Amino acid sequence: MKFLLIEDNKELANAITTRLLLDGHVVDHAMSKTDGLAFAETGEYDLILLDIMLPDGDGREFLGHHRAGHKDTPIIVLTARSQVSDRISVLDLGADDYVTKPFDHAELQARCRAVLRRRAGSSQNIIKLADVEFNPVAGHLSLGGSTIALRNRELRLLELLINSPGHIFSKQKLFDRLFSIDDDVSENAIEVYIGRLRKHLEHSRLTITTLRGLGYRLDEQ
Amino acid sequence: MNSSGIHVSGSLRKRLAVTLIGGVTILTVLLFFVIRNYATQIAQQSQDSILRASVTSILDAATIRNGDVVLDIPYAAFSMLSTTTDDRIFYAIYQDDTVISGYENLDIPEASARAESRFRTITFMQVPVRQVTASRVLVGADLQTHVTATIAQTQDSLSGTLNRISRNAAIFGAGFFSLAVLLSAWVTSTTIGPLTRLADSVARRGPQDLSPVSKPVPSEMVPLVSSLNLLMARLDRSFKQSEDFIAEAAHRVRTPIATVRSHAEMTLQRVDKEENRQALRSMIRAIDETSRAAGQLLDHAMITFRANQLEFHDVDLVQIAQEIVLRLTPITEMKDVELRLDVDPSVKVSGDPILIQNVVRNLIDNALKYSPSESVIEIEVRGTPTPRLEVRDQGPGFLYDEIDTLTDRFTRGRNATGVIGSGLGLTIARDVAAAHGGKLTIGNNLAGGACVTFIF
Amino acid sequence: MRYFYILICCLWLSVTSAEEWEEQKLFKGSSATQTLRLLSSTDTSVFAPVIEKFLLENPTLNIHYFVTSSATVYQRFRTSPDQFDVVISSAMDLQLKLVNDGFANQVEDLLHPDWAQWRQSLFGFTLEPASIVVNKAAFATLPKPQSRQQMIEILRTNPADFQGKIGTYDVRQSGLGYLFATQDARASESYWRLMEIMGSLDTRLYCCSGDMIEDLASGSIIIAYNVLGSYAMARADLADKIEVLHPSEFPNTMMRTALIAQETRLPQQAELFLRYLTSSRWSEPGQTETPLPSLRTASENTRRSIISLEPGLMIFLDRLKRRLFIREWESAVIQ
Repeated sequence: MKFLLIEDNKELANAITTRLLLDGHVVDHAMSKTDGLAFAETGEYDLILLDIMLPDGDGREFLGHHRAGHKDTPIIVLTARSQVSDRISVLDLGADDYVTKPFDHAELQARCRAVLRRRAGSSQNIIKLADVEFNPVAGHLSLGGSTIALRNRELRLLELLINSPGHIFSKQKLFDRLFSIDDDVSENAIEVYIGRLRKHLEHSRLTITTLRGLGYRLDEQ
Repeated sequence: MNSSGIHVSGSLRKRLAVTLIGGVTILTVLLFFVIRNYATQIAQQSQDSILRASVTSILDAATIRNGDVVLDIPYAAFSMLSTTTDDRIFYAIYQDDTVISGYENLDIPEASARAESRFRTITFMQVPVRQVTASRVLVGADLQTHVTATIAQTQDSLSGTLNRISRNAAIFGAGFFSLAVLLSAWVTSTTIGPLTRLADSVARRGPQDLSPVSKPVPSEMVPLVSSLNLLMARLDRSFKQSEDFIAEAAHRVRTPIATVRSHAEMTLQRVDKEENRQALRSMIRAIDETSRAAGQLLDHAMITFRANQLEFHDVDLVQIAQEIVLRLTPITEMKDVELRLDVDPSVKVSGDPILIQNVVRNLIDNALKYSPSESVIEIEVRGTPTPRLEVRDQGPGFLYDEIDTLTDRFTRGRNATGVIGSGLGLTIARDVAAAHGGKLTIGNNLAGGACVTFIF
Repeated sequence: MRYFYILICCLWLSVTSAEEWEEQKLFKGSSATQTLRLLSSTDTSVFAPVIEKFLLENPTLNIHYFVTSSATVYQRFRTSPDQFDVVISSAMDLQLKLVNDGFANQVEDLLHPDWAQWRQSLFGFTLEPASIVVNKAAFATLPKPQSRQQMIEILRTNPADFQGKIGTYDVRQSGLGYLFATQDARASESYWRLMEIMGSLDTRLYCCSGDMIEDLASGSIIIAYNVLGSYAMARADLADKIEVLHPSEFPNTMMRTALIAQETRLPQQAELFLRYLTSSRWSEPGQTETPLPSLRTASENTRRSIISLEPGLMIFLDRLKRRLFIREWESAVIQ
């Protein structure tokens, strides 16, 4: 997916960009409101991440301009302000959601997913591998005519694996992507979700291989 | 000095009352003496005029017959002097300077002023008397002589009249005085009234209601009220400034924290060594705790501020719950926790929507934090018997011995170890409930898990 | 005339200095410890029942009763005001002057009709009209005068019958006579016409009522003018010889008055006696009765004729006024 990140703090912007790239997304970065508007007008983005406090104006003005130009690109606002005071106005001005800094990347991802699902609900991002059709936005799996609804962590785990078939994911990496820091669970919880996915994929040509000491790998038969 | 440390110097009410009553007292005494004096004059005048008539009638009767002064005093001369108290009468008739009749030792004033009738008050036979003297020149064939008549009368009747008038004046004065005292009391209380009302209205305010006094006040109180308003405006400004400062500070702190967190998170992805990972996790937790604390501190300040100037609107609890559930869905999905709403069609309460939203959000956030994976959080909104919102989770629940202290500031349950929190969430919820005239009850479900109810 | 006036004064002085009394009597109480001294112009025989009744009620007192003419009462009391406790006199003007000049004590709480008291010091306690008293036998054929006017006409039409047979007070000697005369003169001009006729008929002059009544009874005079009727009534023994007539047009009614001496040594007892007098208890029927009519006999009619206790009474005591009056009286009566 293609993101537009409008954030004046270079460090934070770098961190977010790196993280999104890591997840396999494309990111354009604008440092100001004006740049942001220019990017938004010329390019096509799946999602805009907008910092509310910009050096050349309030992020809310961007929201106003953007919506006035009849663009319907979903926007998630990044704010450092209180939930209490800012929330209403931001959502009223046409933002789809917001996250409060500092945010858990998993939460940002979840919100992005939710926003996209709400907006599109389309099949444009359907991933096909072997005999399996996977819609990460809708969160379900089609297999030989039957559809299986996935739980969120199952979905995210499958998304990771299916995007890089044959790639070995360490237990730690999977854990970091599935659980947030404050989830008080051990890394072995991953095994439970691997087990569930294996069960869902029982009758497909996809298998999850355990590589002892290294991690897991999705294989196509 | 009184209990609140204010130096008290006298009382306006007392001062006003004392001044008024003092004035009234002086006025009453003055009035009494003026009336009495006036009455004395009138009474004295009437006695004088009768005395003059009497002495005139005596002189009129004087003639010279055969070279002798003949004086046939008319009966009425004394008769007219009858009084109710039978005042005594003394008189003397002088021919030139010799007494020819009457009381020989009743002196007359000097001859110089003898032509006119003259009045004086003297003591005769040990009693005070009012004396009138008049003269007349008699001219006979070979005689010209001065005849002087003087009459003195005691003043029993006069003093009786005066006593009566004095008594009446005293009664009138007493009546006037008590009426004036009542009036003073009334005036005092109506004068002090606006001051008391102002004091009341200021005292009734919440500690952070710093709006200017808008009710009309008497012009004399304008300086006081305007400086009060000025003071409050200054306070308000500094209060708002500090709030803006908090907001700005939060923003300034959060952005770098967010940077740090993002970097830490990424680093976590890259390191494999268990101890490094643990260190990074701890770091991220600490970062989260910091930011959450900052956020809730701000929220708490905000809510305290709002609690004192609640903006009451009709709020639909159901709608609020639904919006928040929708907003939290991405998070709950991420954690594989289900939010289950069980609501009445519409539960209207009167309250501050932002505060209520904040509380509901906090309660669900809390439940979410302690909920294990793949559990259910039930949110129930009911309109009867009283509007209520209940959040039940399937987490560890509260320890019973802590329930009473959990809503204290910065108190966290012992069960909360490993969960990020500031300890302010329940405090905020309790304060908001109280500000809405409701309460917050905390308990556990029979099947385990916490149950928090926000009752209006 | 001035000589005459001085003469009168000398006469008064001689009377007072002589320490002689017409009558004096000590009335003893049954268990008396103190003696109340009464100076009075009322004959003992007339007043005794009043005193005796009082002593019955107050046996701890003696009463020393001194009697002299009303003019002498005035003079004696003025010269020695500490010698007497209570002064009773028929000469209202003189009594009033004594009070006016401060010789009397006030009795504050004694309730008495206003017309019968002055300054709460002088209290009237009898009502005694001035009357015409005639010898019944002599008037058998003559019309009895019911008014002064009638009397003038009777005297005028029958001068022979009345020549030297008329009596009246010598106003120069009798205080009461002077009072009656002056009040008569005030009331009507007919007084002077009467006096002139009486003077032309050689009227005999008396100092006191007693002598006049005796002479009336004996027939040496047949008509007496301005006599106290009460005295005539008192003589029950003469009831068939004399008759008391009251002039109808302007009767003069005198009040016998009492006062407490300012210098009394027995103020409480004196007050007690005064209260007794003003209460009219003495006039209630009993063993002995006094002919003195009490205030209770006052009717609306007699009220109008009562000589007022007012300062005007003192006018006729004025030296000049008195001189004028006496001169006029003498020129009418003595001629």
